[in-house]
Amino acid sequence: MIAVVVVSSPGWPEVKRAFFDPDRFTGSFPDLARAFLLNVRIFLIAEAIILVTALVVAVMRSLPGPVFFPLRALGVAYADFFRGVPTILVIYLFGFGVPALGIAGIPRSPLVWAVVALVLVYTAYVSEVYRAGIESVHPSQEAAARSLGLTRFQALRHVVLPQAVRRVVPPLLNDFIGLQKDTALVALIGPVEAFRQSQIKVAATFNFTPYLATALLFILLTIPLARLTDWLVARDRRRQLAGRSP
Amino acid sequence: MSELLRIEGLRKSFGREEVLRGIDLALAEHEVVCLIGASGSGKSTLLRCVNLLEPIDEGRIFLKGEELTARGVDVNRLRRRVGIVFQAFNLFPHMSVLRNVTLGPTKALGLPRKAAEERADELLARFGLADKRDEYPDRLSGGQQQRVAIVRALAMRPELLLLDEVTSALDPELVGEVLALIRELAQGGMTMLIATHEMSFARETADRVCFLDGGAILEEGPPDRIFSAPTEARTRRFLQRIVAAGRL
Repeated sequence: MIAVVVVSSPGWPEVKRAFFDPDRFTGSFPDLARAFLLNVRIFLIAEAIILVTALVVAVMRSLPGPVFFPLRALGVAYADFFRGVPTILVIYLFGFGVPALGIAGIPRSPLVWAVVALVLVYTAYVSEVYRAGIESVHPSQEAAARSLGLTRFQALRHVVLPQAVRRVVPPLLNDFIGLQKDTALVALIGPVEAFRQSQIKVAATFNFTPYLATALLFILLTIPLARLTDWLVARDRRRQLAGRSP
Repeated sequence: MSELLRIEGLRKSFGREEVLRGIDLALAEHEVVCLIGASGSGKSTLLRCVNLLEPIDEGRIFLKGEELTARGVDVNRLRRRVGIVFQAFNLFPHMSVLRNVTLGPTKALGLPRKAAEERADELLARFGLADKRDEYPDRLSGGQQQRVAIVRALAMRPELLLLDEVTSALDPELVGEVLALIRELAQGGMTMLIATHEMSFARETADRVCFLDGGAILEEGPPDRIFSAPTEARTRRFLQRIVAAGRL
């Protein structure tokens, strides 16, 4: 129905020519795919770092007692700030701001600082996911571990976190899908990744087909992760059902 | 017989509610003491305090003369000497039976994996769980899970075992296998402090029975005397309710 409306619209021949030009599609695809490798590198590096940093922030926020109040407060402030500020602003601030400081010994590439910005923003999101997981593990589990003489850290490491992480894999992967898309924002401070490459091609030809090709690249990458998430959710549900039956 | 556990003037409040109002209790080595009393009388809290799972407000607890409640003691080291088994089993669901049992010995005692597994296999075999060693807890019946939980505590070779209403979450037909195991431990000389609603079990297994009421030990003595000739009116009323409910 929508397809019919679109195809029969007065502007369709024009749009078709501007967005769905098969020659330009195949012509621009190799360059875009090459540029897309930068997106892949960015999110692979960012994801590996985020998995660790987010866990550290989440554990900081879960520490009990008045002794750890400063750490908890720090964790809360961090998560509030980086979830509150638009990602694009954080990338601008770090990508342009930090190299401009001219401090000796730190990288001056905007790309590096853009990745740092993505890591900081997504660490805030993913730490909330981890934290929900940690809180979903019943306190009696920690009590059982501590009663065996395990230290607080050992109980966390061997009993609480393995259960917490297992429960949050689906929402965590969901955040990573968001991160993969947001690697396109890095283009706004200079590095030529797929989106930037498509802009260059569009500017040269006044044809929008490269945008479509780039969209396709992102989708091709997201679908496997989305299906993996679905599969993990389904598997967990099956397991829970199996566990409940006698 | 030498003294293993001594509790002096133990007090504990949750917010405004005082759950333990000055408990004095001593256990000799190889002694089995059952704590009876209505729900909310403080039995579970008392056990959790002895295992230092709850910070206490007042009083002192000694294990073989060493004060557990002193400032600056290493609670992890002391907890290794006292085992506790919970009403809801609290097995680690992400670990096999074997890993559940070896976690404490390997991580807290620093035993090599092989030695810990030998110790676990020996205990599992002794309590009829050898064929379950590689199963996960959710594949076991409640009675099997609770037996594994007891084995997990025993693998630490504790000097004292605390049992917190370990049969209360079980289907009636599964209670027997767990009680049989505890009886066997009692015969083997394990010192135990047991909170229980199983009055006939307490009567035949305990060396001494303490009746808790409102966070204090109202009456204590040999089981025969407590069950057949209680001196306190409240003990009598409690036992009458138990009899009326068909549990004795």
